[in-house]
Amino acid sequence: MLNLQPQRQILIVYPHPDDEAFSVAGTISYYRKKMNTPVTYACLTLGEMGRNLGNPPFATRESLPEIRRKELQAAAAAMGIEDLRMLGFRDKTVEFEDDEKMVNVMADLIAELNPSLIFTFYPGFAVHPDHEATARAVVEAVRRIPQAERPEVYGCAFANDTLEKLGEPHVMVNISEMKADKIQTIKAHASQTGWMIQEAEKRADDGEPLSESWLNFERFYIVNPDHFAK
Amino acid sequence: MQEVHAETLQTLLNSFAGKDVYIHLETTNGSYAAHYDEKFFNAGAFIRNAKISYEHAKVVGTEQYRVGLKMPHGWVYAQGITHYELDEFGRILMAGLDYSGKLAVALEISETPFTY
Repeated sequence: MLNLQPQRQILIVYPHPDDEAFSVAGTISYYRKKMNTPVTYACLTLGEMGRNLGNPPFATRESLPEIRRKELQAAAAAMGIEDLRMLGFRDKTVEFEDDEKMVNVMADLIAELNPSLIFTFYPGFAVHPDHEATARAVVEAVRRIPQAERPEVYGCAFANDTLEKLGEPHVMVNISEMKADKIQTIKAHASQTGWMIQEAEKRADDGEPLSESWLNFERFYIVNPDHFAK
Repeated sequence: MQEVHAETLQTLLNSFAGKDVYIHLETTNGSYAAHYDEKFFNAGAFIRNAKISYEHAKVVGTEQYRVGLKMPHGWVYAQGITHYELDEFGRILMAGLDYSGKLAVALEISETPFTY
């Protein structure tokens, strides 16, 4: 059984279609399908710079974005998400956008939706520059909200030094009940699936069978925005 | 995209010589390269919708090709090109796909700007 706190509204903020599949798909499927919690997924890019085109290729650099847009829509449907926002940034350029503009993008989403819980990456432990930039902007936007009114922020962390520096995850969600939904979400990103399996292997705990680790548990660290004060 | 046929690609590239064209040039190891191998020095470069004109183009190599564009005051080249197509918008899309099907290099040429 999942022991998830009821939420007023959930906001997910990730830069790439498929980031959500491994990070939160089981947890979100539960919130949507078992608790009927409103969930908005803001995805910054269409993963335009995805490298997996196949050999022989099934896509080109120019046709990939539309393929991934459809995959993202299918993934959202698999989790039961009805409010999917595609924000129109370009893959691998998020960190080069104006910082204040990015904070404002997040602040506007938060102001509109008034989420009680936000899922994103954990700054400093998110590996990909787009992940880091996204997480920094979200956390800074939350930090500017008076403490009593702040939504909680759950960050995904998978840098190699995560356990060493952050310790065990603060929140460990057993999602085995929603495994089929998570698999469906992963499969929705068909153009990226090969890559994601490799990614999952990297994230899987040593000694723990792959399927046990990444299909049964989702792990989060609670972000304290004040730790990231500029 | 199909595997490079050097003569056909050469003919296509010739047809853009002397015109104002937009290029997309990209090399990449992927953003996770140093995550999987911490000794890996990750480097890449990206330029999109730079407007250039080239005097001539040349395709050299076998299986993995080098494509060079000679400009009035400089050069553009890409190494490792394996596939290409003339797409529905009349653009030359060239890519180097590694043995696992991942893009390692791309060079694209268009008379109109690429999307954002």
